[in-house]
Order: sequence, then C-alpha cells, then structure tokens
Amino acid sequence: MSEVVIQVENLHTSFFTRMGEVKAVDGISFSVNAGETFGIVGESGCGKSVTGLSLLRLLPEPAGQIIAGKIFIEGKNILELTKKQMRAYRGKMISMILQDPLQSLNPCYMIGDQIGESVRLHQDLPENMVEPEVISALRLLRIPAPEVRLKEYPFQLSGGMRQRVVGAIAMSCRPRVLIADEPTTALDATIQAQYLSLFDDIQQKTNVAIIFITHDFGVVARICDRVGVMYAGRFVETAPTREIFKSPKHPYTQALISSVPKLDKKDERLFSIEGQPPSMMRLPPGCRFGPRCNLCMDICKEQEPPEIKISDNHSVSCWRVK
Amino acid sequence: MLSTMPIGEKVKAKKKYRGVTRVARVIQKFAFWVPLIIMVIMIIMAIFAPLIAPHDPNLGKITERYLPPSFMEGGKSNHLLGTDQIGRDVLRRLIYGARVSLSVSLFVICITGAIGTMLGIVAGFGGGRTDAIIMRVVDVALSFPGLLLAMLLCVAIGPGFLTVVLALSLLGWAGYARMIRSEALRIVQSDFVAQARITGASGMRIMFKHIFPNVINSLIVLMTLQVGMMILAEAGLSYLGLGISVPTSSWGAMVSDGRANLDNAWWISAFPGACIGLVVLSGNFLGDWIRDRLDPRLRQL
Repeated sequence: MSEVVIQVENLHTSFFTRMGEVKAVDGISFSVNAGETFGIVGESGCGKSVTGLSLLRLLPEPAGQIIAGKIFIEGKNILELTKKQMRAYRGKMISMILQDPLQSLNPCYMIGDQIGESVRLHQDLPENMVEPEVISALRLLRIPAPEVRLKEYPFQLSGGMRQRVVGAIAMSCRPRVLIADEPTTALDATIQAQYLSLFDDIQQKTNVAIIFITHDFGVVARICDRVGVMYAGRFVETAPTREIFKSPKHPYTQALISSVPKLDKKDERLFSIEGQPPSMMRLPPGCRFGPRCNLCMDICKEQEPPEIKISDNHSVSCWRVK
Repeated sequence: MLSTMPIGEKVKAKKKYRGVTRVARVIQKFAFWVPLIIMVIMIIMAIFAPLIAPHDPNLGKITERYLPPSFMEGGKSNHLLGTDQIGRDVLRRLIYGARVSLSVSLFVICITGAIGTMLGIVAGFGGGRTDAIIMRVVDVALSFPGLLLAMLLCVAIGPGFLTVVLALSLLGWAGYARMIRSEALRIVQSDFVAQARITGASGMRIMFKHIFPNVINSLIVLMTLQVGMMILAEAGLSYLGLGISVPTSSWGAMVSDGRANLDNAWWISAFPGACIGLVVLSGNFLGDWIRDRLDPRLRQL
C-alpha cells in the first residue's frame, strides 16, 4: 500500500518493583503504514497503555524500562536516540492523545498558547507565524470559530471540544505517528461517534499512521484497518479488521468478540470470559490464556504456542490453529 | 412544618434569618476592608516616615522623660503617645519602627518564598533521590532551633538588620518547600504534564511553565499568612536583643525597652505591642480572605 512509518520489533518493557520484575510488554512486533490505523485491543492491564508509552519513551523511569527490542520511526531506531534528540521527536514525529480530555489541558493557559507551545518547540517559526499555524491545527480538528477559541481557557470548553483541542495539540506539528490511548472513553456516545469520524478526516488530510488503543471492539470495527489482540503483554492474534470479525482464530479473540452485545440477539445472556488475566509476575507455563480457555489441551499447559501465519497479514499464536 | 405556622410567625422567621445573613455579610466585608486599610496605613507610614515625622526618632530631650500620652494627665500635645526613658517621642519611633518591621518581613518572605518554591517544585518534579535529599534538608531546617541559629549569627556577624533577615530566611524556606512540593507532586501526576512531555517539552519548561503557575495560588496565600509570623519573629528577636539594635527603632525592640518601666510608663511598650498585634491580625485576616477567594471549592459557598 504505502511506506511503513513505524515498525516495532520484539519490544520488551518491564517494570522493576520490590516484588520483582513485571513484564508488562513481553515481545510484541508490529508495523503501521502511513495512512493506516492499527488497533491494539485487550482487557485492562494487558499492556496496551505501556506499549503506547514505550513508543514515546515516556515510561515512568527508573521503574519502567524498555529491556529489548527496536522501534523504527521512518527507518530510525528511536531507542538509540539521546534524551534530547528524543524530545525533538516527541510531538514532531510521534504524538499521543491521552484518555481524559478534562485533565489534559493546563487550566492556567489559553488554548491558543497550549497549541502554540508545541508549534514553538518544534517549528522554527517567526512569532507572527505561530498563530496561523495554531488556527490551522484547530481547523484540522474541525473546531468552529478557531480565532475565538484561541483566546479561551479550558474551563470554557465542553468535554468534546476539549478533547478536540488535545487532538489539535497532538496534530499541531503534523506528526507521522499518532497514538490514541482510549481517547473516547471519557466522552458520551454521540460525541464519541463524531470524534471517531474526525480521525478518518485527519488521516485523509495528513496521511498520519494511527495506533489506536482501546478495549472496545465496536470502536475497532468503526475505525481500524488492522487489529492486534493483546493478552498478558503479547499479541495473540493480528489480522485485518474485517477478517478478525469474520473468522477469529484465537479462542481469546473469539471470546472477546462474542462478549460484545448485539442488537439482533435480544434475550440471550451476554457472554463473558471466566476469571481474570494472569498476574504479570507469575505467568502460567505454556499458553498464557490457557487457564481461562475453553479449548485448552495438554500441550497448551506445557509449551507456549508459536506464532502461526495463516495468511500474509493474519497471524495467531494458538496450538488449535493448524 | 412551615405551612402549618401562622402567617405572622412565618414572616418573623424569615426576617430573623435574613438579619443573620446580613450581619454575616457585613462582618465578611469588614474582614476584608479593615485589615486592608490597616495594612495600607502601616505601609504608607513606613514608606513616608521622614515626611510624616521629620525629626530624628533617635534623639530625645532628657528633660522630657516618661511623658505620658497627650490624652492623659500631664501629657504634652507635641508628644501624642508620650516619651520613653530618654525622652524620645514614642509615636515618632513607632512610625520609623514600621519601616524596620515591615521591610524585614518583606525581605524574608520574598527570599524564603523564592527558595522554597524553587526547591519544592524541583523536589516534587524530580522525585526519587532528588526529592529525598531536598526533603531531608527540609526536615533538618524545620527541626533546627531558630533561636539558636539567631544567637549564633548574632555572635558571628553582630546584631542588626542583616542578622534578622538571615536568621529568619535560613530556616523559613523549609515550610514553603514542603507545601509547594506536595502541590507539585499532585500536579506532576496530572495529564497536562504528561501532555507537555508528549509534546516534547523539557523538564525545565514543565517546571516553570506548567507546574509553577499552578502553585501560585497556594504560594500567595502562604506568603500573606507569613507576614504576621515574620513580624512576630522579628519582634521576638529584637526583644531578646538579637535583632535590630539601639538606637534604631523597631517594634520588638521598643517593647523590650519599656519592659523595665511597665508599672509607671506602660505606653512605652504598649503602643508598639498594639501595632504588632494589629499588623499580625490584619495579615492573617487578609491571608484567610485571599485563600477563600483563590480556593475554587470555597468560592461556591
């Protein structure tokens, strides 16, 4: 399709606590092309957000550390950059939208200044060029009357509008990669739909690669081109969105999809997966999903399943798949 | 309940209720204006002392010792608040004393506020080892006996304006540091700091542009409340002879001067004492008022 913008190879991120090492991300690989949206789906605590933070190298150090792996952004391994170089990358090449729009803006500054901060940091523009740039960022996020909004404080804006402003900050320097960490969870359903369509719009205009972190398969169906299903720090299945809904291969993916409520089946009890994800400090031997899996076999309890490629862009880690 | 009451009583109850709030409102207004006016008068007095009282406050006539205030029997109209044991005019010394007392507290508050805020933000933002080191120093500063330090300084560089400012500043920053750190800790956790990091802002930038503006409110409140504390501290040190020394007048030193003659010439100590009380009280009231104003949770009330 088009060129690969971000490529992650065998990324390991651990947290070192008093109780021992927690392998939050345990060897994940994926790549995202320009103009593509890649979804990372999974239960809470499976390492989605840590993956996002690892890509920005913003883990809470010294506890959280990237132990192994490579992250290429446009062919450059960002794990080899110095801290200062990395700062120049953040916001300019790779940016992120956080969960809660109500908290992501500094209450002390007008929103024009907050978007302007990013512009000033990364683009060597004369002062009179900053404002047009800020306005164009606000336009990109379809914020009405940007010239007026510029001079407003966060408390004067509604939740949906604030989340758009956060988006404008993230997009102000037209980064190549945008990580969205559950940006819609704090919004209500109607605003959510609006906001998601905004992502399509932005992507068309800027050809940005989006990594969309969510736990909501509805959102995935709506916006993602490809999906990685994450469980206990690993991808159990990676496939194009259409395929994952049509023929999910991994029992975990199947279980997740069947636990999404459907309109046509009214009177059935909603499916749920028994138990909890394993503690990342004491992973079960063999398949990580084994203890909760309905189709668990003997081999699942002893050996970790290898990654099997079903087709070019569909791979799954399960002993049941042949 | 109310509807079963006779109409007259209902009206009465309503009136009573209204009356209470009106009184409360008036008190509230006074709680702001009166201390503000007192403060302004004191500050004007301090700044324009040579214009208000053109004569040297440290010179007195030995023939006019222990003159009572002019409203008392035997008082003279040119010595409104009487004279002290060497015939110096109490009012004049009071006016010049305001200069010392207020400027000491101004200096100390600026120095301690600046140092404390800086260290507090660095500790809260830096976390880990930086935080631990700074906070241990804060603990030491808070537990160190201030009087001992003042005496040491007094021995080392002699009593005077500089000694007072140093003695109060060397330990005073710790309170600011501790409070600002706790604020900074909260702010560092907030998403907008994370957002700033994502945008690629450096640590320095985050500390100054994102954390500092968010602690200003607490800082202002603490500083205002410290005005009273510092004036009291200065008065205490001067009273003990560790602060401003003769012949310069300061309120604390004046109280000390008069203590031997409290029974026959109470005015030498009483007026500077009243001044200290007034300013301290005003400072506290103003501080409270500002805190109520700046605290958004209380603003709704």
